Amino acid sequence: MITPVRAIEVGLVACRTCGLIMQRMPIQSSPTSCPRCTTLLRERLPRSAENTLAWLIAGVILYIPANVLPVMYVSGVGGGEESTILGGVLSFWRGGSWDIAALIFTASVAVPATKFLALALLLWTVHRGSSWASKQRTALYRLVEIIGYWSMLDVVVVALTAALLKFKALGTAEPRLGIVFFCGVVVTTMIAALSFDPRLIWDIGANDGH
Amino acid sequence: MGTEAGGDPRDELPTPKVLRRRWVPSLIWLVPLTAVVIGATLVVNAWRTAGPRVTISFQTAQGLEVGKTLVKYRNVTIGHVTAISLSADHNRVLVSADLLRNAKDVLTADARFWVVRPRIGIGWASGLETLISGSYIAVEAGDAKVTQTEFVGLENPPPLTHGLLGKTVVLHAKDVGSLVLDAPVYFRRFEVGHVIDRELEAGGQGARVVVFVDAPYDRLVTRATRFWNASGIDLTLGADGMKIRTQSLASVLAGGVAFETAPTVQDVGEVPSGAEFTLFDDQAAAMAPPDGEPRYVRMRFAQSLRGLSVGAPVDFVGVNIGQVFSLDLDYDAEHKSFPVIVTALIYPRRMGKAYEVLEQNGTATSEDKMARLVSQLVARGLRAQPRSGNLLTGQLYIALDFIPGTRPMRFNVEARPLEIPTVSGSVEELQQKLVSIVDKIDRIPITDIGRHLDADLVGLDGALGELRTDVLPAGSAAFNSLHTTLGTVDHALADDAPWRDNIDQTLVEARSTLRSVRSLTDYLDRHPEALLRGRHPSQSTVSERSTSVTRGAE
Repeated sequence: MITPVRAIEVGLVACRTCGLIMQRMPIQSSPTSCPRCTTLLRERLPRSAENTLAWLIAGVILYIPANVLPVMYVSGVGGGEESTILGGVLSFWRGGSWDIAALIFTASVAVPATKFLALALLLWTVHRGSSWASKQRTALYRLVEIIGYWSMLDVVVVALTAALLKFKALGTAEPRLGIVFFCGVVVTTMIAALSFDPRLIWDIGANDGH
Repeated sequence: MGTEAGGDPRDELPTPKVLRRRWVPSLIWLVPLTAVVIGATLVVNAWRTAGPRVTISFQTAQGLEVGKTLVKYRNVTIGHVTAISLSADHNRVLVSADLLRNAKDVLTADARFWVVRPRIGIGWASGLETLISGSYIAVEAGDAKVTQTEFVGLENPPPLTHGLLGKTVVLHAKDVGSLVLDAPVYFRRFEVGHVIDRELEAGGQGARVVVFVDAPYDRLVTRATRFWNASGIDLTLGADGMKIRTQSLASVLAGGVAFETAPTVQDVGEVPSGAEFTLFDDQAAAMAPPDGEPRYVRMRFAQSLRGLSVGAPVDFVGVNIGQVFSLDLDYDAEHKSFPVIVTALIYPRRMGKAYEVLEQNGTATSEDKMARLVSQLVARGLRAQPRSGNLLTGQLYIALDFIPGTRPMRFNVEARPLEIPTVSGSVEELQQKLVSIVDKIDRIPITDIGRHLDADLVGLDGALGELRTDVLPAGSAAFNSLHTTLGTVDHALADDAPWRDNIDQTLVEARSTLRSVRSLTDYLDRHPEALLRGRHPSQSTVSERSTSVTRGAE
C-alpha cells in the first residue's frame, strides 16, 4: 500500500472547520487559529485517544443503569407499568409490533453497542499503530459519527410520550431515572466520537499520536 | 509534538534527550469517574434501602399490580410489590414484595397480611379510599419474636386490630341466623362490639359465633350476661296491642347480637376473654331461667288432633313448660280406633319454684322423682287436654291441667317415657255444643212465625190508617177549643180584670167584720154577764180601748 505524504510532514496544516490550508508555524509556543474562521488550529487533537477512551468508559458505565433502571412508567385504567428499554422491546415484540420493536432495538441497543465496539476497535488499532484496513476504519468512524444522533430517538420518544399522555386517571406516562442515564450514554458516546481524531488512523508508524 | 524525526543524517548536533514523560491523567478522567460514582451511589443506595423480600400467598391477585401496589403498615408505606406469580400447584398467588430496611421488625411470625380493597356491606363500608388510590397490602405485626419472610395472606381484613382492648366472647347457637361478619353487638342498643368470626361447630352441631366487646364495655360481660340474636324484627301481639322491637335498622338487615345482664342471676363475677355463652333466639328466651334437662312424656288421644303441630306449646296450668315433639298414629285393635300418640318435651325447671318445692320431697333419681311427682299430680286429677289456642286458625296446644270430676286413672310409674292420661279436648266439646245449639235453632218454626207476624202487621197497618183519618182531625178540633179556653182564662186573669177589685173590697170588709167579732169575743170573755145585762157603758169603753191598744201593740 502506497503511503502518501502527510500534511504534517510538509509543514502544512488544515483548518478542521473551513478546510483552509495554511503553513504550519515552526515553533508552537502559543495556540494558533484559522485566519478565516478563527477556529483553533490543531495538527492533531491533543490527547485524542485518551479523551475518547475516558468518554467511552463513562458511556459504558452509564449504559448499565440505563438498561437496568426503568425508563418510563405508563399507567392506564387497568393499572400502570414501569418498563425498561429491553422490557419495552420485548413487550412490543410479543404484542406483534415487531417493526416498532426492531426500531427501538436498533436505536436504543444496537446503535450504542455498535458505537462502543467501533470506538473501542478504533482506539485499540490506533494505540497499536496498526495499518490494517485504514480506509474501512475511517468509514467506520464516519458511520459512528452519523448514527450517534439516532440514539437520541429513545429519549425523544419518552419525552414526547410523557408530555402528551396526561389524562390523569385514564392514562399518564412519566419518565423514570433510566432515561436520564440513557441520555448520558448518548451524550458521552457522541463526545467520545467527536474527541477521536480520525487522522490518527493514518499516522501509521508515527509515534506522535498523543 | 515534542518529538521530531530523530534520524536526520545531516544533523551532526546532538539531539536533546527526550524524557519519557510520566503520564499525568488529564481532567477528562473525571468524566468516567463521575459515572462510576453515580453508578456506585445507585448501587449503595439500593443496597442500603433494600430490606427483606417477603412472599405472601393469596387466593387472588385482584387489584394488585407489580411495581405499583404498596405495602403499608399503619398506613405508612414500607414497601411495594415486585412480582406476582402463581404457586407451583396453581392454586394460590404468590406476591413478592420488597420492604424497606426498617420494616424488618414488622415481619414477626404471626404478622398478618391482607389486601385492602373497597368493601361495602349493609351498614358499613371500608377501604373506600382504595377506589381511587388502588388496592394496597396492609400488614399488622404480631407479638412473636421470630421473624420470617413467607406468609399466608388473609382474604379478609382481620376483624381485630392488634392490641385493641376488649374481650372476646364465644357464643354457641343453633344456627348463625342472619349474622354476618362485623355485625354489631348491642348493649341497651349501644353498639359496643362486633362479630369477628362465625363458623360451624365441629361436626356441624350448631354454630359458633365469636364476638368482640370493645374495651370500656367489656366489663359488662359477666357470668350473669345473656346473649341473644337481635336480628330482624320482633313483632309481639299482646293484650295491649302490637309491638315491634328492633335494635337498629342495620340489625334488621345485617343481623346483630344483643346482650344484657339477667336480673335473676346473683352471680355477676368477671369472665375471662374467650368465655363461652349460649346465643338465644330472642330476648325472652335469653332472660328466662335456664330450662335444664328436658323430659319426654307421652299422651294418647282418642280424638282427631287436627291443628296440633310439632312445636306446639305444652302448658301446665297456663305456664308454658314444653313443646310437642312428635305426633304418631297408633292402632287400637280392641276398639278398632286410631288413637294419636303425642310425645312432648317437658322442661320441669320451667315450673320454677313449684318444681323446686316438689323436687325436695323425693330422694330417688331425678327420673324416678319426676315419675312419682307426676303420679301424685295424676291422682289429683292432672290430665292432658288438647285445647284451641287460636279460634281463627284452629291451632291446638296441649294443656296439662287439673280437670275436676275426672274418673281416677291408673298411672304406670315405671313407664318410660311417662304416659299422662288424657281427656277429650275442649274443642270437641265446644263443637258438640255448637251442634246442639244449631239443632235447636233449626227446630224453631220460623215460617209460621213469619206468617203470623205478617197478618199482625196487616192489622196494625189498618189500625194506623183509622187513626190517621178519624182520630187526628177530632184531636185537632179539641186542640182549637182548648186554645180558645186558655185565651179566655188568660184574659180573666189579667191585672185590670174587674173581679179583682171586688175581691179586694170583699176582703177588706171581711177583715173588719172579723175584728168586730174578735172584740166581741174578748169582751164576752172578760164580762160574760154582758150576755144577760148588756154592756156597761163606762167600763166597756176603757176596757175596750185598752184591749184594742193591747191588740194593736201585739
